Parts: sequence; structure tokens; C-alpha cells
Amino acid sequence: MIFIAPATLGFVVFYIWPTLRGAYLSFTEYSLLEAPKFNGLANYERMVQDSFFWNALGVTVEYVVINIGVQTVLAVGIAMLMYRLTKSITVRAIVLAPYLVANVVVALVWYWMLDVQVGVVNTFLGWVGIDPVAFFGDSHWAIPTVAGINVWRHMGYTALLVFAGLQTIPSYVYEAAEVDGSTEWKTFWRITLPLLRPVLVMVLVVTMIGSFQIFDTVAVTTQGGPINATRVIYYYIYERAFTRFDFGYASAMALVLFAILAVVSLLQLRLLRAKESDLA
Amino acid sequence: MLTRRTLLKAGLASLAVPAVAACNNGAAARADGEIIYWLWDSAQLPMYTECAKVFHEQNPQYSVKIEQYGWNDYWSKLVTGFISDTAPDVFTGHSSKYPLFADKGQVLPIDDYVARDNVDLGIYQKGLADRWIGADGKRYGLPKDWDTEVYFYNSAFTEAAGISAEQLNSMTWNPKDGGTFEQIVRRLTVDSKDRRGDQPGFDKDNIKVYGLGYADAGGGDGQTSWSWYAAINGWKYSEGEPWGTKFFYGDPKFTETIGWWRGLITKGYMPTYAQAKSGVDVTTSFGAGKYAITPNGSWMLGTYGTLKQVKSKLARLPIGPVGKRMSMMNGLADTIWAGTTQRDASWAWVKFLGSQTAQDIVAKAGVVFPAVAASMPAAKAAFAKSGWDVTPFLEPVEAGDVFPYPANPNAADVTAVMTPAMESVMSFEAEPSSLAKANDDVNQILSANT
Repeated sequence: MIFIAPATLGFVVFYIWPTLRGAYLSFTEYSLLEAPKFNGLANYERMVQDSFFWNALGVTVEYVVINIGVQTVLAVGIAMLMYRLTKSITVRAIVLAPYLVANVVVALVWYWMLDVQVGVVNTFLGWVGIDPVAFFGDSHWAIPTVAGINVWRHMGYTALLVFAGLQTIPSYVYEAAEVDGSTEWKTFWRITLPLLRPVLVMVLVVTMIGSFQIFDTVAVTTQGGPINATRVIYYYIYERAFTRFDFGYASAMALVLFAILAVVSLLQLRLLRAKESDLA
Repeated sequence: MLTRRTLLKAGLASLAVPAVAACNNGAAARADGEIIYWLWDSAQLPMYTECAKVFHEQNPQYSVKIEQYGWNDYWSKLVTGFISDTAPDVFTGHSSKYPLFADKGQVLPIDDYVARDNVDLGIYQKGLADRWIGADGKRYGLPKDWDTEVYFYNSAFTEAAGISAEQLNSMTWNPKDGGTFEQIVRRLTVDSKDRRGDQPGFDKDNIKVYGLGYADAGGGDGQTSWSWYAAINGWKYSEGEPWGTKFFYGDPKFTETIGWWRGLITKGYMPTYAQAKSGVDVTTSFGAGKYAITPNGSWMLGTYGTLKQVKSKLARLPIGPVGKRMSMMNGLADTIWAGTTQRDASWAWVKFLGSQTAQDIVAKAGVVFPAVAASMPAAKAAFAKSGWDVTPFLEPVEAGDVFPYPANPNAADVTAVMTPAMESVMSFEAEPSSLAKANDDVNQILSANT
């Protein structure tokens, strides 16, 4: 007991208590500067009617799909390259490098590079004959741009996790495949991916939860705009709570997001049979 | 010997240290007579440090500790300070923010102090002191500076286009054809083959230099984007200025102004909304020679001064259908947190910052315009030394042709409606007439909270 006490203390003080208090505040009208007033389910009723809330959910899902989709494919690709072609520690370190830079710094540097008029990326595009793209300013490009930046930052880290999973696959199955005359492509689909599944599910669940919580990149670049194109759910919750002093409503939205994440994670674990390995 | 028990104790102690340290930010832990003062503009930190020194010499019983945070952090830190009782005793207030704080009882009314000390409110530029009387009729601050808007233009571009300073300073405007202002903007726009907007073959889809730049769609105030066009078209933000009870964003005078403004995008004289918003900021693009003219506020003089590749000069705003030039006049004031334990010291500091002694120090630095009228010549001289003739900023103030920033205690909710609404119009996803709907939403917010 005494060994887990420090962890438990932190968990109770910084997780359990705020969660419970947040749950209570979601049933109140609370402007931060005055005492909370109980108002039953009013916040939840408002949420159903609030088009900004539904827009924020839609935008967040779009972000998660692009972010996780692209990131997972790239991470598995990089992990395979590392696994099959090189065992160099230097390469692994370089792959991890973007992850070591702070989120906000990454966002700001990309914001400068993607500037439509003075940014280096659009200068390059100009050289190959492509018209400048308003990455952050165009409502169709804004979310893919934010998603892309975070793919760049996180794919190395995700690749390392996948790489660790690859190392758990025994080499005899590959030897057997080789003896049977399997191609590299076939081996990947028939052996590597199925045996990687439990690790991949873990990686998917963790990255997806992180992905739903997209906030900082939006906060330092588009701040929800253009129009409402990047007003992701966490940013909307933040705006409601701290710039519009609508803390009760913000708490209610946070609680709904919590429920959504719990359901999504459970579904993933169930559908992808995370507990069993095909090796057995 | 290092036992488990001592390890545990050490662990607990190390946990406790940051918690104790965190409490030190609180107002309680300070020496009597020491107050904490916040501001957001790093360019003004040296002047206020100087002010604090002079203040301490004059009032040895009081001392001031100054803390500076950038604009975005500033407001969220302030709010968390209010909640946790650790807000600064005195802080720089903004007219878009203080009404809400006053509404929630977080800033101290200073009427009694002003009456007790016979503070002369006549020393300030006309109308400035009244800007800090809240909707409830109480006074919440003493003005420290003010700002208006003008056009900053790239003088190399105007010379190349053969446009004189006289022409730039006598522009006219109307919502139908944009007057001589639009003619000048058209001439200053250059396409990728060096053809000007008023020359044959002008390609509006491949622009090298836009005649006019803009930072954003302006939200509910349009301070540096459209406010003066709407004003010289005879439009007012709301019934009852500055405390709007009913807004007029659906008024034809406003929608035709915005319709004309976004028309400049169609004509190729202004970048599309996506391009404008995809930039780092409008001054950076101006500094890179992408815009010939950008409207901006007087607080940006310092930033424009640091642009090395371009030589910027100032031009007056245009004369409109109402027959005169008009500019928004806004300003800052120092306000006292209602929860302060150092009321007398806080008031002494606010009174000092509102005095000519302090504002002369501010004026001489040449960063902002002081609120005390008698300090103005010093500021003018300081700006002249860095190469600025700031007359275009001063004229509307001297003529009394200014209008206030549209203040109300629901500013954040109004912004949440008006920003996306204006952005939709500027990106051609909605017509200017759609602003009537946004206006209904704004008025509903106002009526719900009164």
C-alpha cells in the first residue's frame, strides 16, 4: 500500500477529484466568478441544440481520421524500414527527433513556413509551378494542415512503438515463410500485420485518445478559424470556459467527450481482439 | 542510513515544496505597501519601470512590482487570478474586457477616491475619462493612453505609381465605387507581369502586390479593418454608445460597406480571406512588400518602424458620405482589482499613472499616445525623432470626429457570433445580408443578460 500511496495521492488529487467536480459543475450554471447554481440537465439540453458543439465534434472527428489514418500507415511503414533495412541507433534517434520538440514550437515554426506569401513551403511550390496554397487560411485545408503537422511530429514516436512490437515477432515464422517462397509483400500482410495486431491496437487506442485531445496546435495557429473550420471540441470547451465564462456548459461538454472516448476505446479493444495473440 | 521511511519523507517533502512556492504568488505573502502591477506590452515595460521608481521616491511607503505577460496569456492569467485570489492589485485594462469584469464585481469602482482627492478629469483628451464609466454609471479606471487608426503605406510603391502624398492625404470614399481611395488602391495593385490595376490586361488572379492588406474580417468591432468606412457612411454600432443595448449589424449602411469592402477581393486589389488569414500577420506581409497600404492602429507605430525592407509613411483616413473623416478612438486605463488587500497603495499608483508626471515619462519614450493632453507635445516630438509625423492620428481627435470601441459586458459572446459571421461573408460563403441574422443573435445575447 505504502508504495502506491504517492501515485494514488496524485491520482486522487489531480484526476479523480477534478473529474468528480467537473461532473458536478456540468449540472450547474457557473460563471467562474460567482458561485455555481444547480440547473439540472439544462447544459445537456443546450448542447443538443448548439450547432457549434456539433460542428466541433464533426471537425474533431475529421481531424482524428486524417491524423490517425495517415500517422498509423506512415508509422508502420517507417517501423518496417527500420526493422528490415537497418538496426542503426542513429536512424532511430533521428526518426524520434520531431517528437522531442515542444508542440507549440512545432506549430509556430510550421505556421511561419506555411505562410501563403512569405513562407518557404509556398516558395518551393512556386518553383515547381504550383500556385501558393493558403494552408491555414482555407477552410478546406486548415484541418488537414493541422493534422499533417501533428503527423510529422508524432509518426517517429509511433513508429518506435510499432518497431518494439515487431521485435516480439519470432524470427522462425519469417524463416518458414522464406522457405515456402513467400514474397516480402505477402509476408507483410499474412505474417507481420496479424502478429503485430495486439501492439497495433494498443498504439491505436493511445494515439486516438491523444488525437481527440488536439488543442495546442489550433490554439497557437488558427484559433478555431477560418470561420469554424478548426474549432475542435477541446478548443471550443476552452473558449466556453475561459473566455466566455460558461464553465458549467464547458464541463458538460468535457464530460460528453469523456464518454465518447471511453466508448471508442472499448469498441477498439473489443473489435480488434486486443487480448489474444495469433501466435498462441 | 537511508531507510525507506526517510525516503518517503523526502518524497513527501519534495511534493510539498512546489505547493508552498505556488502560494507565494498570492497577495497575502507581500510586505505592506507593496503592490503588483500587470501590463501586456513589453515595449512599455521600461517606461513603467521608470514610473515605478519615481512613484517610490514620491511615496516611500509604497513600492510597485511590475509583471508583464503577452496579450493572450495576460487575460487568462488574470481570470485565473480572480478565481484563486491571486490577481494583481492593479492591472492595465482594455475597453473590450473591463465591462465583463465590472459586471462580475472584479474591478474596484474609484468614484470615492476620485472625489476625495479632487482628481482633475479635465486634463485628459476629450472623452477619454468617460470611456471608463461602466454601464452601471460607476468609474472603473483613469485613462493612460489612447489610439486611433490611419493607413500605413509603402512609400516606394506610391512613388513608383506616381501617387503624391497630397493625393494620399485627401482621399474620398463612398460605398458605391470606393471614391478616390479605391482608385489609388487600384493603381497600387500590381500583377505578376507588372501591370497595374488600372492598366489594360491586368490579371487579377496573379497578383504580386495587393493595393490593400487586411488582418482579419474585423469581428464585431472592425477596429483596424472596416470601422471607419462604416462610420463615414453614417452607421453606428448600436443604440446608446458606447453601451450598446441594441446593435445594427443588419443595417443596409453597414452591409453595403462590407459588400464594397469584400468587393476589393473580387477585383483583385485585396487578397482572398484564406490568403489573408494564412499569413503570419499583416505587418510581416507588408514588411515583405506584399501590400502597398495597410490600415492599422497607433500602437503599431513601433512595429512598422522595425520593418527594415520597406519605408512606411502615414496617410489620413478618407472623407466619406457624411462629409468628414472619422476614426475609432480607444484607449487603456489602469484598474484596481476588487480583491486587493492594498487599496490605498493601489489607488495611489493608479492616481500617479494618471498624472502628468507619469504620462510625461510615457510620452518621452514615443511608444504610445499619453491620455493627458499636456503630455502630447512630448510624445509628438519623440515620434518625430523616430521619423514619424503622427498628425494623421491626432486630427480626428482634435476635430472630435471619433467614435468609441463598441463596449458591452457580453463582448466575448458577441465576438463568438460576429467573428464567424464576418469571416463567412469575407470568404464569400455568405452574403452581407446574412449579417442581419447574426445581428439578431447578438441582440438576443444582450437581451438575455439584462
